[in-house]
Amino acid sequence: MQTVDGSIHTSHYIDDEYYQKLVSDFSGWRQADREVTDPVFRDSCRRFLDLEARFLDEVHFQDWLKLFASNCVYWVPSSADGGDPRREVSISFDDRRRLEDRIFRLSTGAAWSQRPTSRTVRLISNIEVYATDQLEIVMVRSNFQITEFRAGETRLWSGWYAHRLRDSGNEYEILVKQVNLINFDQNLRNPSIIF
Amino acid sequence: MTKPEDTLPAVEAADPIFDYEMMIQEDKVHQRLYTEPGIFKEELTRIFGAVWVYLAHESQVPEKDNFVTSRMGLRPLIIVRDSQGDIRALYNRCTHRGSTICRESLGSAKSFQCPYHGWSYFNSGKLSGVPWPEGYACDFSDAKYNLAQVPRVASFRGFIFGTLNLDAPSLEDYLGPVREPINDWLDRHPGGKVKFSSANRLKFMGNWKLAYDNSADGYHVLFSHRSLLAMENRHHEDEQKGMSFYKGSPDGAPMYVKYYPNGHHFKDKRPNIENRPGALWEIEGIFPGMEHYEALFRERYGVKADRALDLASSEPVNINVFPNLHILGNHVQVTQPVSYNETDTTWYGTVVVDDDGELSGAVDDINTIRMRTQEAFPNFGEVDDLANFEQIQAGLAAEEDEWVYMHRGLGIKDRITEEDGVFTAPATDEVFMREYMKVYKLLMTSTPNIAITREV
Repeated sequence: MQTVDGSIHTSHYIDDEYYQKLVSDFSGWRQADREVTDPVFRDSCRRFLDLEARFLDEVHFQDWLKLFASNCVYWVPSSADGGDPRREVSISFDDRRRLEDRIFRLSTGAAWSQRPTSRTVRLISNIEVYATDQLEIVMVRSNFQITEFRAGETRLWSGWYAHRLRDSGNEYEILVKQVNLINFDQNLRNPSIIF
Repeated sequence: MTKPEDTLPAVEAADPIFDYEMMIQEDKVHQRLYTEPGIFKEELTRIFGAVWVYLAHESQVPEKDNFVTSRMGLRPLIIVRDSQGDIRALYNRCTHRGSTICRESLGSAKSFQCPYHGWSYFNSGKLSGVPWPEGYACDFSDAKYNLAQVPRVASFRGFIFGTLNLDAPSLEDYLGPVREPINDWLDRHPGGKVKFSSANRLKFMGNWKLAYDNSADGYHVLFSHRSLLAMENRHHEDEQKGMSFYKGSPDGAPMYVKYYPNGHHFKDKRPNIENRPGALWEIEGIFPGMEHYEALFRERYGVKADRALDLASSEPVNINVFPNLHILGNHVQVTQPVSYNETDTTWYGTVVVDDDGELSGAVDDINTIRMRTQEAFPNFGEVDDLANFEQIQAGLAAEEDEWVYMHRGLGIKDRITEEDGVFTAPATDEVFMREYMKVYKLLMTSTPNIAITREV
């Protein structure tokens, strides 16, 4: 169901098949013989990740959301390399609806963990692009460092992203964004920003 | 049993920092309880050394030789099911120079070897050997070289507790009537048990008691969680989802708060919903895949679908066992002090086990749903509470403004009932805080009979 504000009010696509495919798509995908080394193509991926990072840094959540597919997942696992989200609670596991809810909550003015709003800058580097079995879908690995300033303190988040992107010719669409924090198994202080 | 050679000096009541009589009054407590490092140091002995402290869950050490690391206050522990099958709480501290010997958070080991000089211990805590023993004149069969252990370790239905206090009551007596809601919480699951899954791990820069003060607090919900309530209800304006029964007049709702002896308390929201299959599911907040899984359950399990969906839904209770265990929704939340102004709060997800197949194969799908429903509150609710706890800690730095009030409900006729030390009050009452603070005061002005033990 699409509403006037574009949000989706039901969630049917997260089913067992989706989970199985997700787990399989996110295991063993970094194979040397699948790496895309073409600098032009890789640069197009890099530019896309830079744009995504800038939308988050500038708190342009609606623009950021537009980069995602309607059947997307934003996933911050609590175990190394993701594990199986059917058996493990994740730090975050949002389908499209929950992702929109996340942004909605941040915009209420009553999400105290983000009032004041964090100021962030993201550095993204070490980009590697890998082909998949589907021609139009690529996996992109990148390292990130997020410097967060909030309420008088500066903090650092680090890790690596795995983006599963669909290339529709002139633009990319995020099918899955997986955020692998280096301290995924530790007690985290106020992980309320979108990573 | 060996007594520590140095016991703490007697508390000087003349020192205002330790004047608990002054600092804990009927309607208020002093800000210093939250901001004074010296008081925190006392708590490590007089609270975390004196009462039964939650250490781990048996499902984290299901087999012989399994271990999980934990802490009792700041004491580093290895909770191990030893090679004989007994559960022990070993001090994670080499008897030689004091290094921790186990640096993994969980695993399986028949023995532990200190990485520093190679002293090795069986998982019973007994020293198994030291490198080049010919360089020592001592007799290593002396028990003093075996790992220290918590002398009293006991389980209640899978929850492992330990205490150093030889004079503490039995665990059953310490828990007392709070066992009742814990029994209910477990008995709604097949086999009356759950297993731990992974956890949402959070921390805040604030005193651990801020979390305990909050755990049965029905007063903050509508304010601290305003954004979550707005989020939960944006999809279903007509429906009452999640925590929405706090809207309007929460004290007029059937839910209530109970205080139990020894500092435990319980906020029971179950009376707000009808007692029939499917009623719990109807108030469950939305989560990824909700519509798909509901349709699947109804198609596959027919009349049993409602029971299965209820098992996937969060149980509307907050059961708080002093000082560090909280059972809420389907979570087991463990509060762990780090310093006077830093606290870890770890939200273990739980899964259903169906050994006898009474769920007709639905157990995996139930657990898939539970993973998603359990992510909601840490992501969209707890972060705001923790931000508020940090801001309490910041506010309490105003040391001349001494008092923290907890008098909601105090002095109002017929509002609170008491029977055998169990108090019952409307959901937003602060009676639970006033009563647990009396227990806290008693503990902080008593000297526990602390001992450690070692294998012989």
